[in-house]
Amino acid sequence: MARVVVDVMLKPEILDPQGQAVQRALPRLGFEGIADVRQGKRFELEVEGPVDEAALARIHEMAGTFLANTVIEDFTVRVDEAVRAES
Amino acid sequence: MTARVGVVTFPGTLDDRDTQRAVRAAGAEAVPLWHRDKDLHQVDAVVLPGGFSYGDYLRAGAISRFSPVMETVLEQARAGMPVLGICNGFQVLTETHLLPGAMLRNNHLHFLCRDQKLRVENAATAWTADYAPGQEISIPLKNIDGRYVADERTLDMLEAEGRVAFRYATAGPAADGYGNPNGSLRDIAGITNEAGNVVGLMPHPEHAVEPLIGTGRTDGLGFFTSILKKLVGA
Repeated sequence: MARVVVDVMLKPEILDPQGQAVQRALPRLGFEGIADVRQGKRFELEVEGPVDEAALARIHEMAGTFLANTVIEDFTVRVDEAVRAES
Repeated sequence: MTARVGVVTFPGTLDDRDTQRAVRAAGAEAVPLWHRDKDLHQVDAVVLPGGFSYGDYLRAGAISRFSPVMETVLEQARAGMPVLGICNGFQVLTETHLLPGAMLRNNHLHFLCRDQKLRVENAATAWTADYAPGQEISIPLKNIDGRYVADERTLDMLEAEGRVAFRYATAGPAADGYGNPNGSLRDIAGITNEAGNVVGLMPHPEHAVEPLIGTGRTDGLGFFTSILKKLVGA
């Protein structure tokens, strides 16, 4: 089984108060030097059958209509080659 | 004959019963609708009430938007049927893209529950005709994902077309319910579609329809009397 990873991030112009809260907590915990944090989502899809162009096109469509709301979020789709090699 | 107003229940909806009460308080018949039932049972209008449908998993409103009942609601809304989305219902409407923009986590990251002052900006929609333009009302607000965002072009279009239905009123002290409670762009609390039949807002008119409950104000009743007048010409 192959794994496809969909990463979803808020668009750069959208304020991310959750990321800011994480960033502000870092110095308190002794982690210095982090200027900015933005928080996103990662989906790992275990795909049945071959991950060919058609399968990837379907996953793109799924990501654009459901996993991400493209009004506020960008997404990327990639095949996890490590998982593919194992199987 | 009175109007039939459908109230949708999704798994995780909280305010369906209060919404049904509000519909009845206005003199209309409340018709419960179930998320898995595509049939709207001959209703004349639909309210999508507040709550946490599907636990807000993925994004608030994102999964409800694909439920069977929404297929029919979308079709009918495009054909002109009045639809009101309150809180989670507003989030569902933005996820369907019937209304532009999206709702994100409040800028202060807290769940906020308070009586909120709003200014009615558009009193010509199906759901706001019983208010006066510029009228100030106070109704409960309770959410964590209430921050309205859209790109600048969309915001400019909404303003130019008079589609900002409600703004958070800011001309007073926070203790009295004034101010932008969540960082919504341009203080937007609610918007309408181009035709004025679809309206969404974050605060809760259905919790302010009976003098015995809450602050004792009935400022929210106008939503439901507006729709009744439109539908039966009362």
